[in-house]
Amino acid sequence: MAEPRLDEATGQTTTGHSYDGIEELNTPLPRWWLWTFYLTIIWGIGYTIAYPAWPLISGATEGVLGYSTRAQVADDIAAHEAANAELVSQLVSADLSTLAPGDDLHRYAVARGGAVFRAQCSQCHGAGAQGAKGYPNLLDNDWLWGGTLEEIAYSVRHGIRNDTDENAHYSEMPAFGDILEASEIEALADFIPTLATGGGSEPGATLYADNCAACHGEAGKGDPVGGAPNLADAIWLYGDDRASLIETITNARFGVMPAWGQRLAEADVRAVSTYVHALGGGE
Amino acid sequence: MDFLKLPILGLVVLAAAYAADQGNDLAFRIHGLLIMLIAAGLFIWELRRMGDARAPVDTSGYMDDVIRAGVIATAFWGVAGFLVGVFIAFQLAFPQLNFDWGQPFTNFGRLRPLHTSAVIFAFGGNALIATSFYVVQRTSRVRLWGGNLSWFVFWGYQIFIVLAATGYLLGATQSKEYAEPEWYVDIWLTIVWVAYLLVFLGTIMVRKEKHIYVANWFFLSFIVTVAMLHVVNNLAIPVSIWGSKSVQVFAGVQDAMTQWWYGHNAVGFFLTAGFLGMMYYFVPKQAGRPVYSYRLSIIHFWALIFLYIWAGPHHLHYTALPDWASTLGMVFSVILWMPSWGGMINGLMTLNGAWDKIRTDPIIRMFVISLAFYGMSTFEGPMMSIRAVNSLSHYTDWTIGHVHSGALGWNGMIVFACIYFLTPKLWGRDKMYSMAAINWHFWLATIGIVLYAASMWVTGIMEGLMWREVDDQGFLVNSFADTVSAKFPMYVVRGCGGILYLTGALLMCWNMYKTIRGHAPVTQPVSQITTPV
Repeated sequence: MAEPRLDEATGQTTTGHSYDGIEELNTPLPRWWLWTFYLTIIWGIGYTIAYPAWPLISGATEGVLGYSTRAQVADDIAAHEAANAELVSQLVSADLSTLAPGDDLHRYAVARGGAVFRAQCSQCHGAGAQGAKGYPNLLDNDWLWGGTLEEIAYSVRHGIRNDTDENAHYSEMPAFGDILEASEIEALADFIPTLATGGGSEPGATLYADNCAACHGEAGKGDPVGGAPNLADAIWLYGDDRASLIETITNARFGVMPAWGQRLAEADVRAVSTYVHALGGGE
Repeated sequence: MDFLKLPILGLVVLAAAYAADQGNDLAFRIHGLLIMLIAAGLFIWELRRMGDARAPVDTSGYMDDVIRAGVIATAFWGVAGFLVGVFIAFQLAFPQLNFDWGQPFTNFGRLRPLHTSAVIFAFGGNALIATSFYVVQRTSRVRLWGGNLSWFVFWGYQIFIVLAATGYLLGATQSKEYAEPEWYVDIWLTIVWVAYLLVFLGTIMVRKEKHIYVANWFFLSFIVTVAMLHVVNNLAIPVSIWGSKSVQVFAGVQDAMTQWWYGHNAVGFFLTAGFLGMMYYFVPKQAGRPVYSYRLSIIHFWALIFLYIWAGPHHLHYTALPDWASTLGMVFSVILWMPSWGGMINGLMTLNGAWDKIRTDPIIRMFVISLAFYGMSTFEGPMMSIRAVNSLSHYTDWTIGHVHSGALGWNGMIVFACIYFLTPKLWGRDKMYSMAAINWHFWLATIGIVLYAASMWVTGIMEGLMWREVDDQGFLVNSFADTVSAKFPMYVVRGCGGILYLTGALLMCWNMYKTIRGHAPVTQPVSQITTPV
């Protein structure tokens, strides 16, 4: 242990410790540092009095301001709900088919529906509602389950092929891999694109008439009542190349959508349906 | 003693072989294979040298072999960790880099924990073990306690790193931030860590100095607290002893709270207290000046370790965590501001009387910028813990920017400086091979950090504002995908910052190699130059 000495450069004395040549100065605590430290402690005590902070046997101190994060969010939502209360009550009770573009109510429904769509629907249908493989494009006028506002609202409310809503749209194409021979499936895959262009040949035509026409129609125009896609247009949810068609026929598809009526407020269901209808493809 | 080693190693080989054959999942089986190979190698090595006459180990000097190994491991894992970091930064900008052919192993989700663990535990951990061994010997004036136990700590820790890293790639993870390794890797780390504690504590116990130097307080608090954090946060019940999957004993918000009590103190004790231990030895050493204030070091040490442990709940604002816990976490975080800054003041002000060295000594410059980033992130942290600020910053890239200004700036820079200090000392050279390369490293790393932090502030605040943006009727304006696409340019800038930082580290490795190989550059005296070049 060395003796304390005066450090020339700083004018402080050392403590007299020396570790591998490292000495320590006896500099007092910087005042600004100490006072800022005290201030944060005082602020901290005050803050824990003002806000919920100290755990007790059951529960915790609630703070003199009565603040809670949940109440804060609820207040924010309530403020907007209150501001829009009139329009919300109209929307919930309105006959959707009578909404006319340009009405205040229609504009409100589209704005609200757009917000719902961006938060809830865009993950599958795309931020611009353009869809993706397996997720229908909502901008065109090709509708699996019908494109009137009521029909869209029904699909949104009850969803598609889910287990949670007994009124969900439900239909199921058989996996023809269990029913037909591979060569027959290939013949069908060759025939189906000709529904749009004409010139289909045997044996595909007979196979189509026997196995597919009951749901998709003689001419392949589909059937929105059973959710059977139109096979005679240029819109293909899972692709129209030969390999995709063979896969679809062999294994079938089973697209699903949640029942949003169970997850969203009534006004949100109506609003998002109005928004989707107004995207341009609604009937 | 040697006769005991063989049967034990043999049993390990058999058990590992059984695990490799019977394991329930890929990670567990490959780990079984790995352990079997390591144990078999040791078995053969032990067998071959049995009965050989062994030269007695010279124990008169400091035990520096293990530190030399640690310094090299630090540099190696640093480069590995930075490389993965740069790659995943570009994966975020260009998702094609996830590579369909490499799924699931090249997925961002598996590489990200590989990056965080590689830089924190492999790079930072090796740096901490090596520097703490170096510092505790010299400030206690004794050789490391426990003989070859420190070698067990070193190699045991490397095995932990390899098991953790390969586990992530193979899909074995607890999905807890910074605590991803599964139960058997956790148990192994616990054993290694207890050995580390024994070596460190043993050395302090037999010290020849009357007092314990401040650096050793910080190192000891780091080792003890990390042991506690690790054990509690990893309490889990394995589904099967022959499989990697385990189930946490805590559930729901209790699990979240335990995790962030651990996670925040991994930052507080691993990356702060431990690294302050480094700072307290190497800064005064390199500056050749006394530590600024002994009193400040006492007060800020106790304040720091008392306050840090309560700050975890600020990671869970606006969640299922009760408001009271969230308030306490925030209040303790804000009070922590000055105790954190105590370390910065003590480091920077130690340069009193030697400020000119910032101009002349690139190693001092690295220490100074490291302390500057330490001060910045320990101000930013308490600020971000304030509930109102957190409601904007949470879940955004601002958090990523914050941790990287701390990790790249404070932890990375101080480790680089320590490596530049240690390499010549440990290998008996006058100084590093190239001081110019250190200078280059300094600027590459500094500009890299600035690009990284600045781009993440911009994109973090932008996405926070976009997420909360509502129109005057209260409806959200942006979809999540809008915020993702808006961040693209900043992601590219961030990746470029990472490349600069990685380049600096590679330069350091080259410099280390040249120094260790001892090719000192020959400087021609000015007087001998006769003709203008």
